[in-house]
Amino acid sequence: MTPQHASTPGEASPPALSLRGLTKTYDTGFQALKSVDLDIQRGEIFALLGPNGAGKTTLISIVCGIVRASGGQVEVNGHDIVRDWRRARSLIGLVPQELSTDSFETVRDTVSFTRGLYGRRRNPAHIEHVLRSLSLWDKRDARIRTLSGGMRRRVLIAKALAHEPELLFLDEPTAGVDVELRREMWALVRELREQGVTVVLTTHYIEEAEEMADRVGVINHGEIILVERKDALMHKLGRKRLTLHLQTALAEVPASLAHLDLELADDGHQLIYTFDTQAERTGITRLLQDLSSAGIRFSDMHTEQSTLEEIFVDLVHGGQEPPP
Amino acid sequence: MNLIGVRAIYTFEMARMFRTLAQSIISPVVTTCLYFVVFGAAIGGRIDQIEGVGYGAFIVPGLIMLLVLTQSTQNASFGIYFPKFSGTIYEVLAAPVSAFEVVTGYVGAAATKSVILGLLVLATATLFVDYQIAHPVFMLLFLILTAVTFSLLGFIVGIWADGFEKLGFVPTLVVLPLVFLGGTFYSIDMLPPVWQTVTLFNPVFYLVSAFRWSFFGTSDVSVGVSLTMITLFLAVALAVVAWIFRTGYRLRD
Repeated sequence: MTPQHASTPGEASPPALSLRGLTKTYDTGFQALKSVDLDIQRGEIFALLGPNGAGKTTLISIVCGIVRASGGQVEVNGHDIVRDWRRARSLIGLVPQELSTDSFETVRDTVSFTRGLYGRRRNPAHIEHVLRSLSLWDKRDARIRTLSGGMRRRVLIAKALAHEPELLFLDEPTAGVDVELRREMWALVRELREQGVTVVLTTHYIEEAEEMADRVGVINHGEIILVERKDALMHKLGRKRLTLHLQTALAEVPASLAHLDLELADDGHQLIYTFDTQAERTGITRLLQDLSSAGIRFSDMHTEQSTLEEIFVDLVHGGQEPPP
Repeated sequence: MNLIGVRAIYTFEMARMFRTLAQSIISPVVTTCLYFVVFGAAIGGRIDQIEGVGYGAFIVPGLIMLLVLTQSTQNASFGIYFPKFSGTIYEVLAAPVSAFEVVTGYVGAAATKSVILGLLVLATATLFVDYQIAHPVFMLLFLILTAVTFSLLGFIVGIWADGFEKLGFVPTLVVLPLVFLGGTFYSIDMLPPVWQTVTLFNPVFYLVSAFRWSFFGTSDVSVGVSLTMITLFLAVALAVVAWIFRTGYRLRD
């Protein structure tokens, strides 16, 4: 799975993917993308997050040549997808969201077909490697329609890797996939990254982005509303929760503490305080003092960082729906 | 030119035919034998000769055309419609293959199947009648031209169809009647003058006429006219396919 189009060392290499002012309005008048600018560097794992209908699949479909852009420019490794479409497309692999597979062909045939379609010469060793890495080798001569949904998802991934792409799109790759396959896919994505493949994934499972991505982009209503390194994003927007395990259960938050953002949990045995890690004052000292003055004693405490999912919900809903 | 890509589509489509060998090859051949028995034996008993050719031999070119026209349309339409239906078309649209290469792969495979079927029927016919082929090279040329033209038509139908009903509509309700009314089983001299004139508007008539000429050296209209008409259909079909890819009609949003 070595990329075939590696750039010459020393040369300033263009981004793996560059979008400039990309717009798409469908015939129905629906504006799916509103002037999207985005650069994705080579070897990066980029997670594109967004609710349904945000424009994720449209964006991917335009880059892959399945949907025509209404305006703007797309370059893949510096190759314009319209002027230099053959080069650009030969670099891309796509795992679509829908489980669209052949039915009557065998696994090996369908994967080899994709390689041929991309103009690459037969390479049984590579096909074998791809099938083995996706635990499909035992099923190589099975007809696709006899496979389970999870196995067919693997077939789609194998097809996308058949021609050794440099830029791989995974559109909702683990939707409806069991835990085992999800783990295997994560391992595979890391392996691809080590080989220098750039991976762009869209997902609903924030866990996935959190697990794998270097950078996260959030798209909503056809606009990229944020692009940030994952750890920076979590740091910047992260909230922490301080959970205090009380020695005596409380029926309600005492009036003297009502000015703080507190809630009770576990039948009054836990008191939860949510705070912003980036705020000048987290308010923890004050909270502990107030608790002490109110005579509330606690036996244990711990803090939790909010997850990317909570950050995401917060962003998409414009902060109207704060994380729990 | 992505020749490997063309070959991938072509072999994929040919594999589909060989996988469904019974349906793809055996059933058209059996059907043709039935036509020989019914038309050749039943009707042939009442019609002695047409233009100096025994009736059994006279219908051989028409039968081959019947099969080639319907099979080309059906095979090519199904070949492109099924990926649209199952969603696997995304791959063809995303791959570095041009419109010309995609059409060459799909239409080439469908036309190849039709030519093979046509030759099989030709071979089968020797079991029933004696015939000679006066111009074998022209026979092959007309066979291939017809197979390609109607495979292109099938390709267009497959792109246009958004359901199995539409897919079946053209081969059974357009092509088949045109073939039957296009002088497949008779010479238009046998028709009343009004119907002779009507027949001249049937494109299939020119194909059958030219094809029959390549067998027996006689035809209803001159070969030059037929060849011009066939070339015209081919050009129209190519223009429509070119338009489909330029506009992305039912392929790309």
